[in-house]
Amino acid sequence: MNKQISRISLIALGLLAALVVATTYWQAWQAPSLAARQDNSIERVAQFQIKRGLIYASDGKTILATNVKRKSGSQTLYFRHYPTGGFASQTVGYSTQGRSRAGLERSQNGYLTASNANLGTIWSKITDQLKGTTITGNNVTLNLKVGAQKVAESALRGSCGAAVALNPKTGQVYVMASSPSYNPNLIESNKGFASILKAPSACPGSSSALLNRATQGLYPPGSTFKTVTAAAALDDKVFNPDSTFFDPGYCTEYGQRVSNALNPDQTAESYGHVSFLQAYQHSINAVFCNIGQAVGAKRLTDKAKQFGLYSKPPIELPASEVEASGEFDFRHHRTFDDPGKMDPGRLAFGQDKLLVTPLQMALVAAGVANNGTIMAPHLVKEVRGPDGSIVTKVKPSVWKHAMTPQTAATLNQFMQAVVTGGTGTNAAIPGIKVAGKTGTAETGRNHVYDAWFIFFAPADNPQVAGAVLLENQANGFGGAVAAPIAKQIMQAILPAASKH
Amino acid sequence: MTYRNRELFYLIVVGMLTAVGFASVYIARQSFVSWGSLGYAVFFFALYIAAHLVTRIAVPNADPYLLPMAALLTAIGVTEIYRLGPSDAFKQGLWIVVGLALFALTLFGLRRDYRVLEQYKYLFGVGAIVLLFMPRLPGLGTTVNGARLWVHAGPFDFQPGELAKIFLIVFLAAYLREKREVLAQARLKDVGPLLAIWGCCMLVLVSSNDLGQALLYFGIFLAMLYIATARLSFVLVGIGLFLAGGIVAYEKIPHVHERVTIWLQPWTTNKVFCPTTGTYALRQDCQSYQLVKSLYSIANGHFGGAGLGRGTFTTPGVGGKPVALIPFINTDFIYSALAQELGLIGAAALLLVFMLFVARGMKVALQADDGFSKLLAAGLTFGFALQTFIIVGGVLRIIPLTGITLPFVSYGGSSVVANFLVLAGLLLVSHRANSA
Repeated sequence: MNKQISRISLIALGLLAALVVATTYWQAWQAPSLAARQDNSIERVAQFQIKRGLIYASDGKTILATNVKRKSGSQTLYFRHYPTGGFASQTVGYSTQGRSRAGLERSQNGYLTASNANLGTIWSKITDQLKGTTITGNNVTLNLKVGAQKVAESALRGSCGAAVALNPKTGQVYVMASSPSYNPNLIESNKGFASILKAPSACPGSSSALLNRATQGLYPPGSTFKTVTAAAALDDKVFNPDSTFFDPGYCTEYGQRVSNALNPDQTAESYGHVSFLQAYQHSINAVFCNIGQAVGAKRLTDKAKQFGLYSKPPIELPASEVEASGEFDFRHHRTFDDPGKMDPGRLAFGQDKLLVTPLQMALVAAGVANNGTIMAPHLVKEVRGPDGSIVTKVKPSVWKHAMTPQTAATLNQFMQAVVTGGTGTNAAIPGIKVAGKTGTAETGRNHVYDAWFIFFAPADNPQVAGAVLLENQANGFGGAVAAPIAKQIMQAILPAASKH
Repeated sequence: MTYRNRELFYLIVVGMLTAVGFASVYIARQSFVSWGSLGYAVFFFALYIAAHLVTRIAVPNADPYLLPMAALLTAIGVTEIYRLGPSDAFKQGLWIVVGLALFALTLFGLRRDYRVLEQYKYLFGVGAIVLLFMPRLPGLGTTVNGARLWVHAGPFDFQPGELAKIFLIVFLAAYLREKREVLAQARLKDVGPLLAIWGCCMLVLVSSNDLGQALLYFGIFLAMLYIATARLSFVLVGIGLFLAGGIVAYEKIPHVHERVTIWLQPWTTNKVFCPTTGTYALRQDCQSYQLVKSLYSIANGHFGGAGLGRGTFTTPGVGGKPVALIPFINTDFIYSALAQELGLIGAAALLLVFMLFVARGMKVALQADDGFSKLLAAGLTFGFALQTFIIVGGVLRIIPLTGITLPFVSYGGSSVVANFLVLAGLLLVSHRANSA
C-alpha cells in the first residue's frame, strides 16, 4: 500500500502547493489591477488611513482639497474636505468611501496616497509604516488660476457649457470649467448625492453635473472646425492664402442645396466674390463646403487626426473622463474614420456627424497660436512630498504637429480678422490683438444652437488659448454669447501672464 | 531528545509566537500591551501544556510534530478571530477546551488498541449517513448562505458534516481493509458499494446544495479506494462519475449553477439579474460580492501584509459604527483576512504549515504496519488536505467557492472538535507504529 500512499501524498501536497501559487498570483501578479478597480472598497477604505496629500491651485496657496480627521473605533481616518466647495469640481473630482473617486482625485491617487514609485516617497512611506505613524501623501499643485477659473465659472453659471483656457506654449491648463457644477462635499452622503443628481439644470436630458463637459462633453463644433478645414486646404496646397472664391449663397451637395447660415431675419446671405480670409472671417458655409469637397474627406480626416482628433488628449484626468473627438457612429457610440461614410462638404464646416470636446477645440486654437505645434495639456504643475521636496515637476512636451508654421501664420491672420471685423468682434480687447473663431452648430432643433468661440491672445505673442462652449442656446450665436465669455477669461489671465 | 521533549520544545515556541501575535494585535488596536490580552496567550499555553501531558502519558511514542503544528494553526486562527471580534475568540477558546477534552478522552480511551473501532465499522457507516442527513430534518436543520449544512440545537449550532467526515473515514478504513482483495478484482457485483457511496455523495450534494461537501467526501473515498486497491481505473471512473453528477447538479440545482457562474465570471460590465434583491445589478455588487471582496482583501495584503491588527475589514458606517466589508470573515473567509494582514510571506508560511502537517500525517500512514492503520491515517490526512484545498481554493478562485472551514484556523465549534479528533487519530496510529 505504501506506493499508493506516497502517490496520494504527492497529490495532497500538490493541491496545497497550488494554493501557494494562486495566492502569489493574486497578491503579486493581480494586486495592481485589483487595486485599480472602482468597486474595491477595501483598497478605498484602507486608503482612508492615509493622510491624503493636499491639492493646490497654481498660486500654491489656495487649497482645493484637504483632510478632516475622524475617529472610527481605534482607527484614525482622514476624510476629504473641499474648502472651495464647487470650484473646478469636475476637474478636481472627489475621493469618498461610498462613491469611489473621480477627476484628479482619482488619476493622481498614487501621488496623493504616497503609493507612487518615486524613491523618496517609497522610503518615507516605509519608515512611516515601521514607526507606525500615519502615512502622509504628496501634495499636488495644479496650473488652474483661481481668478480666471472663477470668472469662467460665474460667466457659465445658469447655462450648460464648458470653458478651457491654456498656455499654448507650455500646455499649462489655466481654466477648466464645466457648468452646471456641484459641491463635492455633498458626494459622500446619500442625501447630498441625491440633491446633486436632482438639481434643476439649464439642459434637461444631459444634465448630470458630475459630467466634465470640458473633456467628456461631445458637441458638433460648427464653424470653429473651419480652422481645421482651412489648415488641410493650405497644407495640402489645394488652395493658397490668395485663393478667391465665389459664394452663390449655397453649396450643392448630392444635388441638394445647402444654404449659408441664416441671418436672424431668416434670409440667406450671399457674399459674391470673396478671398479665403473673408470666407473665414465671415464664416461662409457655402465656400467652405466647396473647399471641403475639393480637399476630400480623406485629407480632412488626416488633418483632423494631426490636430489630435480621434485620440484622447493626454491630460492628467482618468481615461474614462476624457473623450476622443471625431466623426461619431451614434449606433455604436464610438468614433469612426472611414472617409467613405463621411460628407466632406458638411464636415468642412463642422457638421456632418462630427462631435468634439471643448478641450479638443481649445487645442486647435492652441495649435494655431503655437506655430502649428500642439503642446500636451497639463493640469498638474508639480508634486511635492509632505516635507516640501519636489517629487515631480511637469515639463512641457509636444503632443501633435498639426500644421506647418506658414499655415499657422496664415490662420493667425484669419483668426485676428474674425475679431477685428468678422463674426467675433465681441471678443475684442482694446490694446491686445485677439484672434478667434466663432461656431454656431445646429443641434437638430430649430433655432437652438451649440455656441462656440475658440481664441488666443495676444496674437503676436500668444499667452493664452482656449475654447468656450454653451449648449442649447436659443437663437444663440457663437459670436454673441460665447465670445464675451472668452473675452472675460482672456482679460482675467493676460495681466498676470504678461508679468512673466 | 525524546519525542515528547521535542514536542514540548516546539510547543513552547508556539506559545511564544501566540504571545507575540496577541501582543501585536493589541498594540495595533489600543497602542499598548495589556496583561489582559496576554491572558489569552497564557491560557492557550496552559492548554498546550495540558495536551502535551496527555500525549506524554497516553501516546508517548507518537509523532512529536503534529501537536505543535495543530497548536500553531489553532493559535493563528484564534489570534485572527480575536482581532476580528474579541467575543468570538472567547467562544472559540471554549470550543478548543471542549476539543482538547475529547482529544484527551479519545487518546486515553483508545490507547491500548484503537483497532477495536474496526468491529464497529457499520455503526460508523450508518452514523456518517445519519449525521450527513441531519441538517435535512425539519426543525433541526438551518440554511446558511444557501447551503443546508447546519443543525440547530438549543444555543448551539452544529455542523454534523465535520464529524461525518471522520466517521466515514473510520468506516472506509475498516471496510476497505476487509474487502480490498475482492474489490481489486473489479467484478461487477463488488463494485456495488462503490456506486452506493457515489450515490450517497450525490444525495448529500442534492440535499445540502453544497458541491464542496460532496467533493470532500468523494475525494476522500477515491483516495482511500486507490490506496486499498491500487487500481487507477477506479479513480478515473469515480472522477468521471463525479463530474457527470456535478454537471447534472449544475444544470438542475440553481444554487450550484449560481456558484459556478460566480466562479467563472465574478465581474460583469453589464447589469445582470440579482436574485437576492430582485433587481438588476453588476454581479460583483450582488452574487459574487463575497468572493470579489475577499479577493480584494487578499490583494491588499501584497507581499508583506498590512500587519496583524492593521488590515481593513470594516468601514465606518453611520456614527462611526464599523460595518463589515466581507461577510463570514472569520469562518469561510478567514484565509482572506490572514492573507491581507500577513501578506504573501505570511500566507505562504501558513500554507507551508498545512503542507508539513500533511507530510507528517502521510509519514504516519507509511510507518503503520497494518492495513486499517494505514488507511485510517492516510484517509484522515488526505481529508485534512482536501478540505484545506476546497476552502482556500474556493477563496482563491481555483474552484467554485463553497462554505467549509479551514481546519484548526476557522471559527466554529464543530470544526475545532472534529479536527482535534483527527489529530488524536493520527497520534494513536503513530504511537502504535513507533511502539512496535
